[in-house]
Amino acid sequence: MLKKDLGLLVLIIVVGAVVAIINPRFLSPINIANTANLVGLFGIFAIGQGFVIITGGIELSVGSMIAILGVIFIDLIANQGVPWPLAALLVIVIGLAMGLVHGLLVTRMNLQPFVVTLCGLLIYRGIARFYTHDATAGFPFGVNFPDLEWLTTGRTDIVALITGGNLHSLLIPHSFIFMIVVAVVMWFVLHRSVFGRYLFAVGKNEEAARYSGIRTTRVIVAAYIICAVLTAIAAIFFAMYTRSILPSGHGNFYELYAIAAAVLGGFSLRGGEGSIVGVVLGVILLQVLQNLVNLLGIPSSLNFAVMGSVILIGVLADNQFAKFRERRRQAQALAASQPGHGGPVPIAMRPRESEAETRA
Amino acid sequence: MPEPTGEPFLRLSGIRKSYPGVVALADFSMEVRPGEVIGIVGENGAGKSTLMKILGGVTEPDRGAIEVDGSVRDAFTVEDSMKAGIAFVHQELNLFENLDVAANVYIGREPRRYGFLRLIDTDRLHAAVQPLLDRLGASFSSTTPVERLSLAQRQMVEIARVLSVDARLVIFDEPTSALPVAETEKLLEVIAGLKAHGISVIFISHRLHEIVESCDRVLVLRDGHLVGALHDDGIHHDAMVKLMVGRDLKVAYAPPAVPRGEVALSARGIRTSTYPHRDIDLDLHRGEILGLAGLVGAGRTELARVLFGIDRALGGAIMLDGREARFASSADAVRAGVFLVPEDRKGAGLLLDLTIAENVSLPNLAAYCRHMLVSGERERARAERSRVELDIRTPGVTIRTGALSGGNQQKVVLAKWLAMEPRVIIFDEPTRGIDIGAKSEIYRLMRGLADNGVAVLMISSDMEEVIGVSDRVAVMHEGHISGILDRAQCSEENILRLAVGKPL
Repeated sequence: MLKKDLGLLVLIIVVGAVVAIINPRFLSPINIANTANLVGLFGIFAIGQGFVIITGGIELSVGSMIAILGVIFIDLIANQGVPWPLAALLVIVIGLAMGLVHGLLVTRMNLQPFVVTLCGLLIYRGIARFYTHDATAGFPFGVNFPDLEWLTTGRTDIVALITGGNLHSLLIPHSFIFMIVVAVVMWFVLHRSVFGRYLFAVGKNEEAARYSGIRTTRVIVAAYIICAVLTAIAAIFFAMYTRSILPSGHGNFYELYAIAAAVLGGFSLRGGEGSIVGVVLGVILLQVLQNLVNLLGIPSSLNFAVMGSVILIGVLADNQFAKFRERRRQAQALAASQPGHGGPVPIAMRPRESEAETRA
Repeated sequence: MPEPTGEPFLRLSGIRKSYPGVVALADFSMEVRPGEVIGIVGENGAGKSTLMKILGGVTEPDRGAIEVDGSVRDAFTVEDSMKAGIAFVHQELNLFENLDVAANVYIGREPRRYGFLRLIDTDRLHAAVQPLLDRLGASFSSTTPVERLSLAQRQMVEIARVLSVDARLVIFDEPTSALPVAETEKLLEVIAGLKAHGISVIFISHRLHEIVESCDRVLVLRDGHLVGALHDDGIHHDAMVKLMVGRDLKVAYAPPAVPRGEVALSARGIRTSTYPHRDIDLDLHRGEILGLAGLVGAGRTELARVLFGIDRALGGAIMLDGREARFASSADAVRAGVFLVPEDRKGAGLLLDLTIAENVSLPNLAAYCRHMLVSGERERARAERSRVELDIRTPGVTIRTGALSGGNQQKVVLAKWLAMEPRVIIFDEPTRGIDIGAKSEIYRLMRGLADNGVAVLMISSDMEEVIGVSDRVAVMHEGHISGILDRAQCSEENILRLAVGKPL
């Protein structure tokens, strides 16, 4: 775990403790389970967003994808009579195709990720509304899918399951469990696999990555596909969670939640920086804040304002801390005595320092 | 050249600057007369940049006095330096490519009109800049966008900027290290022009023949000490090198240990985007170092990019060991054992934010995996071996590559390819901005590769390097090979003739 992640964890604990003291209901099993459910739902696609951000890109169409894939999924299983596993597979394949198209437009056509995915945001939202004639998509009365509902919205006491009922813990929502599984798998992919290293390399310096023989196009396309597939899975979870989808509002702003979580978690929008632990902690902090607004009786209209302020303060603090560390590092480098490379930062037209060099 | 006359206007005496543990500059004295061209040479770390920082008022000396026009300043600040008329032209240019020449020259000091509206008075601006350009003999106008200018022309914009502030002393810090021969000549003419106008010049360069050509006086620094001063006829290459390193060190040709083998890589009628109608034909043998000389813009880097699969050729074929090789991307070239050490070390050769070990393993990461996951242990072990083999000077292999010196960075680029099995290695300006000591180590490594049967293609604009290192030299002119010289024919004159497109 990085120092940055540790700082974020401390912040979450401090905020949580303050809320818990003011309103003990924060720690009630039902509140914790509800919050965990939301963390799971948002975490699944925020991790995907993280992959795109590491390449230096951005995926703005997440919310619209959740809406369109959600209405398609509900329509398939509720109205078209498609078996739900097949419908789920279909929705994931559609998501994959969307990611592939975004990735190809960014790499092959050289379009800016912001532009490509902004168009996606508008197009998918429009199609979703057209698809349902702007009506709410939902399940007809009496239509039930017990297996699917258990899988997506069920809750299990994991500890009791493992110990055969001798010990008990909270009922943990399946969305949260699924998110943890995704996070663990993606942690290995991002931080331990060849592909993960390529992602960091491409995000940091695409040119240098190319000169090292990395197929940068494939790496970037793969990142968009991972993001879209995780978003498609999240879309199914959301559809089952809300059970009815108003296509004009479902998933609105979700891409921004994901981006905010990633930024809080230490991702750089310039690419090449970020961690899975960070983005998951970012999601947790956002949900705790949401919860805080509800529990402390702050008018819910202030919801976004609270979130925005905390993100701003968090990023500012991190930024200042990084500056402080950089100054200390420079001071140490100076103390390690390198001739000709000390001194204050020169201004333009004055002699410039070359990179702090160890002597050749 | 007219002899500089008149009293010195700038005098440094007894300057000392030390950093914890190291004396960067010890008891240094010099004076500058109007219209004098002073060369300062020394290896990296000799104290040149400390001296520059003191002259710029950025760093305060521990001891010693700086005297301008006879009056001593106790604290020589950036403002004092500017007021004294000291200006800098840097190796890396800081120009705004999206603006025109005039805007760059007067950036931050734009003449204004219409009072509080503060609109830029473009008429006055161009009227002020054009004469400066004319004085420098520039072939472009004040309205030309900077993005359309060549490197040498951009340098001229910097010089115009310096002239516009009425500088008395212009300090050129490695101005030619990125310039080709012909453009270097142009720059030396500009320096002579400044001198003729009574402006003094301090010229720092690793290219000693330029110093010989342009300087009235040369100061040689070593480990912070002034170890010698040469005047007029006393300025020559061997004398400077001897003083700089304290021993004889020249690019001495090391002949191959084994005769060259069969053709490893050949370009058959390759056409690149810069010269879509010119064909390139070139054969590269195992065990040889083939120098590729030519003026910048002759299409050498473009050829290298095609051979390494970064760009597609517009026509022609690449043959590898007699069979046609189709490189759809650099990944294909790497798989085939064709590697490139690019010109832009910091931007393309390395990921400066990654560690040495991570850079070394990057092209062949799958080989460092255990159970499909990258093993940091294996990476570090390999990098540790490379560190010993290539003598990379670093406290450890988990250090950020960006913290290394240029020479050591270049060794990391090399290490990344040597960790795989090279058949062909293309070096594009392998020693640019690297000091003499590290240079000769790179040459030694190149020779070692060739002797092990690797085919080495070395693109270089440094004449000493081309002649001193290559077994054969191919010269490129405007997108095609204008001639190939064997060792016996390798002379500066022959190479230059071919480079400008004249027959031998």
